[in-house]
Amino acid sequence: MTALDTSPRLDDPDLAFESLVEAHRDLTPDQSRRLDARLVLLLANHIGSVTVLREAIAAAREAAWEAPEAGR
Amino acid sequence: MAAFEPPHYPFRPATDDGARHRVVVAGGGLVGLTAALDLARRGQPVVVLDDDDTVSTGSRAICFAKRTLEIYDRLGIGGAIRDKGTTWNTGRVYFGEREVYGFDLLPERGHRNPAFVNLQQYYVEHWLVEACLATGLVDLRWKHKVAGIVNGADGVRLAVETPAGNYSLTADWLLACDGARSLVRELLGLAFVGKVFRDRFLIADVVMHADFPAERRFWFEPPFHRGGSVLLHRQADDVWRIDFQLGWDADPEVEREPERVRARVRAMLGPAIPFELEWVSIYTFRCRRIEKFRHGRTIFLGDAAHQVSPFGARGGNGGVQDADNLGWKLDAVIRGEAPATLLDTYDIERIPATDENILNSTRSTDFITPKNEAARAYRDAVLELAARHDFARPLVNSGRLSRPAVLHNSPLSTPDEAPWADGAPLGAAAPDAPLDNGFLLDRTDPNGFTLLVFGEGAPGGVPGVKRVNVPVASVAAERYGAGTGNAVLLRPDQHVAARWRRCDPAAIGHARDRALGRVA
Ligand SMILES: Cc1cc2nc3c(=O)[nH]c(=O)nc-3n(C[C@H](O)[C@H](O)[C@H](O)COP(=O)(O)OP(=O)(O)OC[C@H]3O[C@@H](n4cnc5c(N)ncnc54)[C@H](O)[C@@H]3O)c2cc1C
Repeated sequence: MTALDTSPRLDDPDLAFESLVEAHRDLTPDQSRRLDARLVLLLANHIGSVTVLREAIAAAREAAWEAPEAGR
Repeated sequence: MAAFEPPHYPFRPATDDGARHRVVVAGGGLVGLTAALDLARRGQPVVVLDDDDTVSTGSRAICFAKRTLEIYDRLGIGGAIRDKGTTWNTGRVYFGEREVYGFDLLPERGHRNPAFVNLQQYYVEHWLVEACLATGLVDLRWKHKVAGIVNGADGVRLAVETPAGNYSLTADWLLACDGARSLVRELLGLAFVGKVFRDRFLIADVVMHADFPAERRFWFEPPFHRGGSVLLHRQADDVWRIDFQLGWDADPEVEREPERVRARVRAMLGPAIPFELEWVSIYTFRCRRIEKFRHGRTIFLGDAAHQVSPFGARGGNGGVQDADNLGWKLDAVIRGEAPATLLDTYDIERIPATDENILNSTRSTDFITPKNEAARAYRDAVLELAARHDFARPLVNSGRLSRPAVLHNSPLSTPDEAPWADGAPLGAAAPDAPLDNGFLLDRTDPNGFTLLVFGEGAPGGVPGVKRVNVPVASVAAERYGAGTGNAVLLRPDQHVAARWRRCDPAAIGHARDRALGRVA
């Protein structure tokens, strides 16, 4: 893979969303953050391309509705 | 076991006020002594000025990398370091209560040197001093402090302070090896820019008889030191180095107190292992460099030119590579065999190497000292995953241990004419390999160029280039990606300068001239 594919690709979007949310049940904010980090690392490795990863990071940052506050 | 007694070298007043010398080295530390020895072994007389009268005090460099050992083999002190030091190739990483994984840095056999030898810096400096004296060409001046400099176009004027009064010298070439707080750098007004890591580390040298294996052990947040990391290394004389990460808010004065340090060590080792504290210091680490290393006739090497955090052992090892890179070039320039512009390639080759060291050390330090909560979450996530999944192990960064720089795109290298996919790339430090009951690197010319010729009947060399025949069915041939009739030209610092599938003496001569900066 050479470019980030942002077309709709998930076979069952509702199940995907539910699974992500469900994974965090009963977790403290710290545990949640670490779970997300493990998940990102597993998926990044699965993708296997730092280029695509960096495009995804950029896309994720750009999609935020609120600009990050200065100094945060 | 007898601990090391620091030698005190004799002070001698200067008797040559106003004299001119070919090469003056400011700073007789690890790098200055290495540079002086390298030049002396090429026949150059060298004056070394050092403001102190002894070797490195306390606990500093301990990990000497394979490439440094190869350079020290060339300079004649590699064997002493190997014999005295602790050889290690393996390491282990822990997180919390658990071992995450173990690693082997040199699974490949057939090298004279291991990945690392651990030895206190003072031993290495002591042997460097002895080796310098043995050449008869190094004038070591202890308690001679460089205090002033005029960096002129045709010579460098130095003001030197000694207990017996001040004097001046002029150097054709000044090698500024006066360490991280370099006065030469300050006097020339050169900015030393980079970053400071907001963290403090306690470095303790502990004498104990423990039968831990000789391997590098790194703990993230172990039960005996919650909230920080700990690094353990074995050195010579039953001395062990322990680094405790303390955090930015730690009070250095309080943390230095021996009782407090002892309590930390006891928590780590358990009550059953008796130990003595030999040395304690507290550091804040930095990664920075000056913009250019060559300033006319003044050339910076080692910590005076660049500084890195110690994770990865790239400070001293990087500085020794500076000396390795500069020595033969300066020798050739002084002999009139190369134009002075050859010295610009010291910058061209060593600045990218330095940036590689800074990048690696910075990334390791950022992994060990996460900058914020998100960084910590990713760090801990990597460690958790690494205990279960191979893929996460390369992400664990407790130090990317020093490796020799590959001098990519060096103007001194002759581009390949034919495709050459395998083996050491152009600009790489020559790989070692078994050869004729010995090792290949020992067969290279310590003072000149070497041509490795693979297979029988390959064309001859050129005068002044040492020819070494290498069989084709060999580990060596594999490591150079070479077959019958191929040849590889090594520079005097053992880096690959050129290679040919089929070569003739004219091509070899041209590549040698190019490596000397005589032709483009
Ligand atoms: C805790 C710690 C651990 C480390 N671990 C490692 C490691 O494992 N491996 C590794 O490779 N590196 C390591 N390093 C880095 C290594 O110690 C340095 O990179 C190395 O000492 C640099 O050598 P140098 O000769 O450039 O400078 P220095 O060793 O600092 O020598 C400078 C010399 O110049 C002299 N001098 C200073 N000013 C003047 C003056 N005005 N006139 C005359 N003389 C002067 C000083 O007395 C000294 O002798 C470590 C460093 C620290 C602090």
